[in-house]
Amino acid sequence: MPQQPASAYFLVDKHSRETRATLSILVDNEVGALARVVGLFAGRGYNIESLTVAETDHLRHTSRITIVTRGTADVIEQIKAQLGRLIPVHRVIDLAVDKPGVEREMALIKVVGEGDLRAEALRLSKVFRARVIDITHTSFTFEVTGSPVKIEAFIELMVPLGLVELSRTGVVAISRGIEAM
Amino acid sequence: MSDKQLTGAQIVVRALRDQGVRHIFGYPGGAVLPIYDALFQQDEVEHVLVRHEQGAAHAAEGYARSTGKAGVLLVTSGPGATNAVTGLTDAMMDSIPLVCITGQVPTHLIGSDAFQECDTVGITRTCTKHNFLVKDVDDLARVLHDAFYIATTGRPGPVVVDIPKDVQFRLGEYVGPSNILHRTYRPRKEGDPARIAQAIDLMANARRPVFYTGGGVINSGTRASQLLRELVALTGFPITSTLMGLGAFPASDNKWLGMLGMHGTYEANLAMNRCDVMINIGARFDDRVTGRLDAFSPGSRKIHVDIDPSSINKNVRVDVPILGDCAEVLAAMIEAWKARERPGDAAALAQWWQQIEGWRERKSLAYQASTETIKPQYAVERLYKLTRERKTYITTEVGQHQMWAAQHYRFEEPNRWMTSGGLGTMGYGIPAAVGVQVAHPDALVIDIAGEASVQMTMQELSTAVQYRLPIKIFILNNEYMGMVRQWQQLLHGGRYAHSYSEALPDFVKLAEAYGAKGIRAIDPADLDAKIMEMIDHDGPVVFDCMVDKLENCLPMIPSGAPHDEMILPDNQESAGVSDAGKMLV
Ligand SMILES: Cc1ncc(C[n+]2csc(CCOP(=O)(O)OP(=O)(O)O)c2C)c(N)n1
Ligand SMILES: [Mg+2]
Repeated sequence: MPQQPASAYFLVDKHSRETRATLSILVDNEVGALARVVGLFAGRGYNIESLTVAETDHLRHTSRITIVTRGTADVIEQIKAQLGRLIPVHRVIDLAVDKPGVEREMALIKVVGEGDLRAEALRLSKVFRARVIDITHTSFTFEVTGSPVKIEAFIELMVPLGLVELSRTGVVAISRGIEAM
Repeated sequence: MSDKQLTGAQIVVRALRDQGVRHIFGYPGGAVLPIYDALFQQDEVEHVLVRHEQGAAHAAEGYARSTGKAGVLLVTSGPGATNAVTGLTDAMMDSIPLVCITGQVPTHLIGSDAFQECDTVGITRTCTKHNFLVKDVDDLARVLHDAFYIATTGRPGPVVVDIPKDVQFRLGEYVGPSNILHRTYRPRKEGDPARIAQAIDLMANARRPVFYTGGGVINSGTRASQLLRELVALTGFPITSTLMGLGAFPASDNKWLGMLGMHGTYEANLAMNRCDVMINIGARFDDRVTGRLDAFSPGSRKIHVDIDPSSINKNVRVDVPILGDCAEVLAAMIEAWKARERPGDAAALAQWWQQIEGWRERKSLAYQASTETIKPQYAVERLYKLTRERKTYITTEVGQHQMWAAQHYRFEEPNRWMTSGGLGTMGYGIPAAVGVQVAHPDALVIDIAGEASVQMTMQELSTAVQYRLPIKIFILNNEYMGMVRQWQQLLHGGRYAHSYSEALPDFVKLAEAYGAKGIRAIDPADLDAKIMEMIDHDGPVVFDCMVDKLENCLPMIPSGAPHDEMILPDNQESAGVSDAGKMLV
């Protein structure tokens, strides 16, 4: 049977399923670089689930931006190509497809409560290896690190125990193995 | 002060000179006065004063597209910069290399809502290929050279350099252009040989091939057009092109099918629809070309040569993507084709051509001739016949006249056709003609225009008069925003909401008021003589060609329709548009 032309994509469904992608973007740390990246997502209608950025090489003045986004395979491919067009961008990799990666996120979570609830919060925090970084007679502030899934799970458990405030870093990610970006 | 120290303003002029810039288009204002002062004191870079900054941008576009070099404009801060935005966006969409220098309020006032301050880099971030705000005079020379490099290499585009006024006064070091190896920006020119081999394989076994070429061939330089001609001659394949690609392949050649797309020929669009191998060279599967995407050339394998990775698989998935410069890839393709023994299926190709000849018989560009009124198509035809022997450059505005120009004016050479394709900017044509004429003082430069469009940038006629630029503004005056009226007829029950050009100026008197010549043609019998009068006049002319008011531009693929559902001159009564199509532009 002759192979189906690639352009007849409307006949197959495999391109229309949305997936999550974690993009690592290495950019020159110059004025406006982040605005270009974020503006591109807004202008072309791509979504940003989380975003982290900091200068990672002080000598070469490069920053690493990590963006978690969703889209069909075609859209993710297009996002990467569009990012690649931005002049200050060195490299873009998808830490799911190009290189499998590990992801971590940190959250600071304030839980207010007394008695049993307070004890339960502390007990659960141990299970999640969360650290207490601030404490009063009626509150804990936990620092928890882990995969986004783990953070979500911890937050969910803290809600009925008096969660009043929450701050998350967004995902940082790096590829597995010996190779560097 | 060392000898090498220059003021920022002098650095600007010096950098322009060292980049080989002979002409710039601009408009002064408070925030660029130091640069104007530096320009005043030299005569290597000539400044052309426009009448509106949008005009400066389009003039620079016309200059760029007709020469293959970067076009340069200089505008002041605030309103100067915002007025240039339409032109920058136009250049972005059509991949035209521009360097736009904008003045900015002094650095210590940035962010204070100072007089004529605007966030120029913020506003132009998405309508430029790149932009810079230069806060340190010692960065200025390098940034300017960078700007030219970025604007002209890879997929070309506009670059803005925003220079605060204090930086223009400050003394700094000048560095010349050198072979900069950019830290991050390194466009790739050569195509992947394995992919090229794959492409040649597909082509050699094709039974119904077609070349689909675009503005990328023009942008790649005249060599690309030469190589394209060679490859078409070698293969014997039919060729069509987008609006932006006209002239890369000669319209007089028998392999030329005419333009494709919404107002393309029947044979070009059907060849695209029925082909088994499509060879896209420097085109981007724009919606004006593809029509309904899920019915676009359903049976073909597609090769796509493009220098911009984001163009590949954006709208249409392709089988063989080749990243690279058109000229480089075409040269490699020719070599690979020649290395084969008897490539191509001659019998199948002959049959394919026979089918195409059948489509050609439909004569999709035909129109009802008239001895009473001037038909717009006839006007373009006569204009073509009477100017074809000369070195002629055509610019256009946007609307029906633009499509009639594309259909009925036949281009033999690249860089002779300047039109606003991607953005569709009414008001492009006059300033673009100014830019073309500045670059080619001896050429015949004609803006094929509509009466509504020309009023958007009519003031640039004053520029033409000032600099004795003998541009010809050939208005196909149908007293309607004809393209809008046509869509209203097709999609909105013939309710012509605000598409009639009421209170039109008398274009002949208007021309005279500007110090130009005005000519009006009403009778088809006079048309030739009047066109000759226009051509022979040594100065700018406004030609008010009164044409049939209700003529429609055909053929047409309505929005949302596939290529094989065209409205042709002989079936337009039954034409309809789907509800989904009405939602599209
Ligand atoms: C700046 C701008 N505004 C609006 C439009 C929408 N538009 C496209 S064609 C057209 C009518 C053009 O009329 P005219 O110049 O008389 O040309 P014709 O179609 O009659 O040949 C309009 C309003 C546009 N393309 N550009
Ligand atoms: Mg009109």
